[in-house]
Amino acid sequence: MQIQHDPRRARLKLILTLLSLALSALAIWWANNNLSSYYLRILNLAGINAILAVSMNLIFGFTGLFSLGHAGFMAVGAYTCALLTLPMRSKQTIFLLAPLAWPFNAVTLPPFPAVLLAGLAAAVMAYLIGLPVLRLRGDYLGIATLGFAEIIRVVANNIPTITNGALGLKGIPSFANNLWWTWGWAAATVWVTSRLVNSVYGRSLLAVKEDEVAAEIMGVNLTYHKILSYVIGSAFAGVGGALMGSLVTAINPKTFGFMLTFNILIIVVAGGLGSITGSVITSVIYTVLLEALRPIESGWSIGPLHVPEIPGLRMVVFALVLLVIILFYQRGLFGGREFTWDGVLDWIDRKRNRKQEVAG
Amino acid sequence: MTWAVFAQNLVNGLSLGSLYALVAIGYTMVYGILRLINFAHSNIFMLGAYMLFYADLMFRLPWWLSFVIAVIVTAIMGVIVERAAYRPLRQAPRISALISAIGVAYFIENLGLVVFGGRPKPFPVPAFFSKSYQLGSVYMANIAWVVPLLSGILLFGLMVLVYRTKVGLAMRAISHDMETSSLMSVDVDRIVAITFGVGSALAAAGGIMWGLKYPQINPLMGTVPGLKAFTAAVLGGIGSIPGAMIGGMLLGMLEIMLVASMPALSGFRDAFAFLVLIVILLARPSGLMGREYREKV
Repeated sequence: MQIQHDPRRARLKLILTLLSLALSALAIWWANNNLSSYYLRILNLAGINAILAVSMNLIFGFTGLFSLGHAGFMAVGAYTCALLTLPMRSKQTIFLLAPLAWPFNAVTLPPFPAVLLAGLAAAVMAYLIGLPVLRLRGDYLGIATLGFAEIIRVVANNIPTITNGALGLKGIPSFANNLWWTWGWAAATVWVTSRLVNSVYGRSLLAVKEDEVAAEIMGVNLTYHKILSYVIGSAFAGVGGALMGSLVTAINPKTFGFMLTFNILIIVVAGGLGSITGSVITSVIYTVLLEALRPIESGWSIGPLHVPEIPGLRMVVFALVLLVIILFYQRGLFGGREFTWDGVLDWIDRKRNRKQEVAG
Repeated sequence: MTWAVFAQNLVNGLSLGSLYALVAIGYTMVYGILRLINFAHSNIFMLGAYMLFYADLMFRLPWWLSFVIAVIVTAIMGVIVERAAYRPLRQAPRISALISAIGVAYFIENLGLVVFGGRPKPFPVPAFFSKSYQLGSVYMANIAWVVPLLSGILLFGLMVLVYRTKVGLAMRAISHDMETSSLMSVDVDRIVAITFGVGSALAAAGGIMWGLKYPQINPLMGTVPGLKAFTAAVLGGIGSIPGAMIGGMLLGMLEIMLVASMPALSGFRDAFAFLVLIVILLARPSGLMGREYREKV
């Protein structure tokens, strides 16, 4: 890794960053106003997947904690946000069997503080779970966190005064059906994660991932750094869950099964462990691909060949695509590489130099 | 709880535990050799039940023959899965193999939904199994002793295979050190294939007996038992065959006893297995019988 102190390049990078931010904002504004609700929904889902994937990448890709608890933290976030944003009247119609418990029966918050509190709730949960469990290593950690996520789900099924049991909540205000919300939070996730992994803390997280014993000898506080990464990652998982609940407007404990965690794990690994760029881009590819495969199962005919409607075929083809990707890109699409302006500028420089060499 | 009820629950726990043990073995054997969590194992379990269903329904074979055929066909499917999805990734990062396993699980599950249909199918249960007797004040169906007995025979056969034959010796050698054993002229590919075959056969037997106990099968039937069996394998110390048996028994027994003694908590039944797992892992971080890895500095 080389650090360059070139004021001209620094200014150029700043301009490029601001320019791309402005372009993205313009694109979001245009999409929000012009795209059909179907396409908007897919893009929103892609944004939420990006939040979830980047936060899991922080925990697993950068810190090496094989945690399969994402769905649990999403559930905590989704329920918190839904209960805080549901209007009083719909709360009364939903909670027929058992009355809603305090404080949710007394408050209704606007979306933004509700999402923040959802993240906070997930973070608190992550702290409580992480403190005992993060001592475990490797696959044992994976199954223990998976177990905790399942416990959260089963508990949600059995406390009707808060979660309305298996019936779940419906009619959640759909503020997240808005690209500013989903991609705004995705940008926040990317910003926080990249600032964190490129800081002193990030170096320590990397050290913990590579070799715990060596890291400890070098003075890295293992528990502190593991918990730090776990809590931040889980907080964003809670935010992602909150937005997902708002996007689909109905949640129940079944929504947060462990397959949800696996879907995110697939995105993270297919994108490349330790690559934020990979996670974001793969989230978009994944979400779009799942939708693009839909025509396969609706029946089609080429000339005399007629294929009838086969529901479920989409997922079969999707699984095959996934297997092919993993077999050919064993380290994910992006490996551990990131998109940086330095990378782009270096690449342009190299091109230009080569051209000059040829010309000279 | 009276003695009669206790005895009844003991029998129930024994048969549930032996099913968990059968499935857990497949997870633990594959993990012991390849360090891979074979998430497709629960789908193999499901395939076993469906193979019997079709053997019985389409070819009208006698039940025992359908059983044997279903187990063999499922074992072959397990070997094919290994050949197609895991072998190419043996030198790849472990996480890629894991994703491949999840991909295979998706593939089998959804192919099952397409081919078998999502609607639950009635599982053929011969009259012999559902016939019940009254012993004192305890009612017992034949199935209640057939499941533990058949599982016991299969597990005994497995122990003989692993600890008394050359193939078993090779398996244990590979699980200890794959590279060195390949230098000692152990045919790694063949032994891994056999491991998958044996594990899948046990899963198929487990799936079929599960079908006998709960005679409704659907393509997603493997998910919950599979996850619990995996939990049992981890709890017993993943990679250890006796550990998987003990873990499976323990989990099945505790689960039945919890519901029997505290019916109010029966809604939490599915969470209970994980609670046990977490408590045990916190006390013994590599399971009950797991190898302790000491890190050398």
